[in-house]
Amino acid sequence: MKEVKCDCGHVNPFGTKICEKCGMLLGNDKENKLIDMRYEGSARRSQTYQKTFIDKIWNFFSSVKVGVTLIVLALVASAIGTILPQEMYIPSTATPAEHYELEYGWVGKLYYELGFHNLYSSWWYLIIIGMLGISLLIASIDRFFPLYRSLKNQGVTRQDGFMKRQRIYGVTKLEDQDINLEEVKSRLKRQRYHIREENGHLLAEKGRFSRWGPYVNHIGLIIFLIGALLRSVPGMYIDKVLWLREGERKEIPGTNGEYYLQNNEFTLDVYDKGNEEDEQYSAAIDKTGTIVKTYQSDVTLYQRKGETIPGEKVDLEKLKDFKIKVNEPLKQDHYALYQVDYKLDELSTMAFNLMNKKTEEKFGSLKVDLNDPQKKYDLGKGYSVDLISYFPDFEFDEKGEPRTISKIPNNPAFIFKMHTPDKPEGEVSFVAIKKNVEPLGENTYKMAFNGVETQDVTALTVRKDLTLWILFSGGIIFMVGVVQGSYWNHRRIWIKRKDDEILIAGHTNKNWHGIKRDIKQALESTSLCEPTDQLEEEKSSTKGEALNG
Amino acid sequence: MNKKKRRLISRTIILLLLGAALVFALYTNFTKDKNESLRKGSDAPNFVLTDMEGKAHKLSDYKGKGVFLNFWGTYCKPCEYEMPYMQNQYKNFKDQGVEILAVNVGESNYAVNNFITKHDLTFPVMIDKGREVENAYRVDILPVTFLVDKEGKVIDIITGALTEESIQKHMERIKP
Amino acid sequence: MAEVSSNFLYAAFLLYLVATFLFGGAIKDKRGAEEKKQNKWAKLGIFTTILGFAAQIGYFITRWIAAGHAPVSNLFEFTTFFGMMLVGAFILIYFLYKTPALGLFALPIALLIIAYASMFPTEIAPLIPALQSDWLHIHVTTAAAGQSILAISFIAAIIYLVKFVDQTQSSKRTFWLEFIMFTLVSAIAFVIITSTFSAMDYKANFDWVDKHGAEVKQEFNLPALVGPNEGKLIEPDRFEPMASMPPLINAKKLNTVIWSIGMGLVLYGLIRLIARKRVAALIKPIVKNVNLNLLDEISYRSVLIGFPIFTLGALIFAMIWAQVAWTRFWGWDPKEVWALVTWLFYAAFLHLRMSKGWQGEKSAWLAVIGFAIMIFNLIFVNLVIAGLHSYA
Repeated sequence: MKEVKCDCGHVNPFGTKICEKCGMLLGNDKENKLIDMRYEGSARRSQTYQKTFIDKIWNFFSSVKVGVTLIVLALVASAIGTILPQEMYIPSTATPAEHYELEYGWVGKLYYELGFHNLYSSWWYLIIIGMLGISLLIASIDRFFPLYRSLKNQGVTRQDGFMKRQRIYGVTKLEDQDINLEEVKSRLKRQRYHIREENGHLLAEKGRFSRWGPYVNHIGLIIFLIGALLRSVPGMYIDKVLWLREGERKEIPGTNGEYYLQNNEFTLDVYDKGNEEDEQYSAAIDKTGTIVKTYQSDVTLYQRKGETIPGEKVDLEKLKDFKIKVNEPLKQDHYALYQVDYKLDELSTMAFNLMNKKTEEKFGSLKVDLNDPQKKYDLGKGYSVDLISYFPDFEFDEKGEPRTISKIPNNPAFIFKMHTPDKPEGEVSFVAIKKNVEPLGENTYKMAFNGVETQDVTALTVRKDLTLWILFSGGIIFMVGVVQGSYWNHRRIWIKRKDDEILIAGHTNKNWHGIKRDIKQALESTSLCEPTDQLEEEKSSTKGEALNG
Repeated sequence: MNKKKRRLISRTIILLLLGAALVFALYTNFTKDKNESLRKGSDAPNFVLTDMEGKAHKLSDYKGKGVFLNFWGTYCKPCEYEMPYMQNQYKNFKDQGVEILAVNVGESNYAVNNFITKHDLTFPVMIDKGREVENAYRVDILPVTFLVDKEGKVIDIITGALTEESIQKHMERIKP
Repeated sequence: MAEVSSNFLYAAFLLYLVATFLFGGAIKDKRGAEEKKQNKWAKLGIFTTILGFAAQIGYFITRWIAAGHAPVSNLFEFTTFFGMMLVGAFILIYFLYKTPALGLFALPIALLIIAYASMFPTEIAPLIPALQSDWLHIHVTTAAAGQSILAISFIAAIIYLVKFVDQTQSSKRTFWLEFIMFTLVSAIAFVIITSTFSAMDYKANFDWVDKHGAEVKQEFNLPALVGPNEGKLIEPDRFEPMASMPPLINAKKLNTVIWSIGMGLVLYGLIRLIARKRVAALIKPIVKNVNLNLLDEISYRSVLIGFPIFTLGALIFAMIWAQVAWTRFWGWDPKEVWALVTWLFYAAFLHLRMSKGWQGEKSAWLAVIGFAIMIFNLIFVNLVIAGLHSYA
């Protein structure tokens, strides 16, 4: 590994193509008309050391080709994941294996069997993203240091060969007259160029910091990916759902009993044509039907006082009342509570009359609290009703036996035993919504339905995400870097004074239009020739077409 | 040469760190569901609940005993399936220092009492009305059983219905 | 107010149309080309464009007042806004580079986009709860601004390719360039047939059986070349479908696609028949005076300017809002994913250009693909892949 010593005396790292200091071509591409100025012709570290296994891996990730391939792979994979809905978006009641085939035919079946229904958490997708992250970091390390070095070491005086091979280049022959570069210098200064001088030669440079933009934005992306990684560290992230009936107060899950929430009221509002403030929407309402205006939970937040263990009676202190709406979560410490779902009119009580089937004479009424039923309801005067069985969410099982599939009173059913003075041993009646069965023979009495009470239920997502600020700062740093690299550009103008001529060369990493305008302004009304764009000359000389549009 | 060696070492370290991060990402992704629940080997969260006979049970009072902590619901078929087996094994292990605490996930007294009568349960059954114990144990699927040893540590978490044989085996594990 | 608003839009549309012709005149006028400064036609063209842009801003503001929220909440509004931002981006780039040729291509594309937008329901719709946030304005406008600047890179690329591709012999290049032309013609065909049949108030209702075996009704607004599964036409005097589709396929959408492509083919065929050359060859003389290097630079710079804005609007602001409204900043919703796909694509574009030296033609083809991805996201993802973003 030998370092390369240039004729000018500067020592360049191995693999350097253009001397950092004077611009002398050290590589073999002297034939080319223009030189490749990417990375200033500096030696990318990875390409120079290819000895060990580690170096090979390193070089693999450092390659732009690999990086772009990974980007394209991530892009294609991400796109495939949108062909059919991901598993999290299919109805929760459906079995994925059946659902995909039923909804999308053989395409769906194939999609499911290839595992594309869960693509974004598949091992191979994560590996692509992970490798992209690795490539991001290694490629940046590999390029940043040499670039920094060569920009720091760059000299003012450049070899003629270097200048000649710049895209923007011009020569002014000096005939007797002496040209004062002071005017040019001051104009360049006015254009915010930073000027260095050496033996009468000039280097005007501006916007060098934009060269660091790509590295800054890569750092931002790496921070973002680290944030995404940290989410799976215990304690960083909470995702729970809290269902609350109106009037109900419960511990907020995930807060370790610290906070309690009470649902005072849930409201669902729709846009109303009749309402004056919604008038302008009447055409849309006619077309689409009902459009929801608000989902809102009026809640009260409580905090526990002192230490208690779960199950123990807690002392609660009211913190605040809040109206949780979509887009307006309730925030407390690191927690946020979001309106995500609801259920209107859940049954809460059901009332019955004990009634003689024939005469329809009533012998008292009872009201069953569907979330806390009683074993016996005494109606007085020798009338009473036993609740033998209660099925809040009733259905018949495969054997034809009644059962409940949940504890939520979605479809309540009851088995009552009605005791009356004339039937003291009781009559059994099975009562469900729109159903009245007498399993043990004809009854004299019945439980006649006598109204229900309902309440709304709200569903709130409880969220804590301590990675947010990391992700956010990653995003900000990315934006800073990408703006720095895109909206500014690194322009350099070399002016070399020789005995009988003045050479001018210009380079920019982008926006050639801009640097040409700068040079034109700086040289205006001097006797210096405006340098030309060698790329355009090439084109127009081969094709012979006009240059401007 | 020294410089070269240093470069090799720094490259190795960076690659190892990045590789570790990738492995970590893959690992946590595949154990995502488990991350949500309580970890084996951690202290069992203490709680106090009152059983259907009015007696308060505090977990920490059972230090020195093994606790077979079962979460269940009357509507849950596999819960109902394992109840009689628990009852049988309870009789065997009660005197060997293993206690069953059966925590119902907030149903009505009526439903729970009916269930106890139906299955003739004699071990303490309690209702977690406020769902606080459930939250503390991060219960998701029913039935779930936490095996708490005499030191008060959760040594295992078993979801799904248990056979009588496996109940016996698990009770052996927490026998003091 | 709503009426004033639609008049403004109509005025903007006409002004853009006039400006297109003015830019056409600017190209024809040799004087401008030689003197390297804008000629009278070009000045008039950009003035008219700005006037049109002002009119469209008038539309935007009056509709905002009428609706009570920024008009970017459904497909009509968003697509119109995208067209407006495209004109805005063109004006910006025009003042940087003074190229009338760009106007000659950018304005017709903007016109097509606005015309396409008005094929969707244009009623002022109220906001559903998820959209009731200031982030609606911030996110959507920034994303659309970014996309429209990126779209300018496509327009510069198209001009580049029309000029660059050798039309004397047929090649892969001529084929794909013709494919782009055909796609544009099909889009025009879609606008023509949709507006024709909607002017005729064509309606054909079907009773049909969906994949769940349920009987449902569907209204077709174009004559049904293909009908739904076991579809029964209710009105007797309507066009009877030639084929009936299996229940898994949405016959109505497929029918629209068939119509657009069919009419596109007819239109394209007619042009070829009359001109007796490729469409790209037909328009090639228009761009004979443009400078390829300059176009390449415009294309590249539009990506450089647009990419950060797109990132900010379509990813960062989007994530912030998603965290507020949907409880999580990222949920792999198709629209989100396609914003990511677009972003990744332009990231690859920039890397190829900066580190691999892909300039000129290669870069132009990439710019075309990038635009195709954005249009796919705008049309296909909203209409075909249903997700959280499909409000229209």
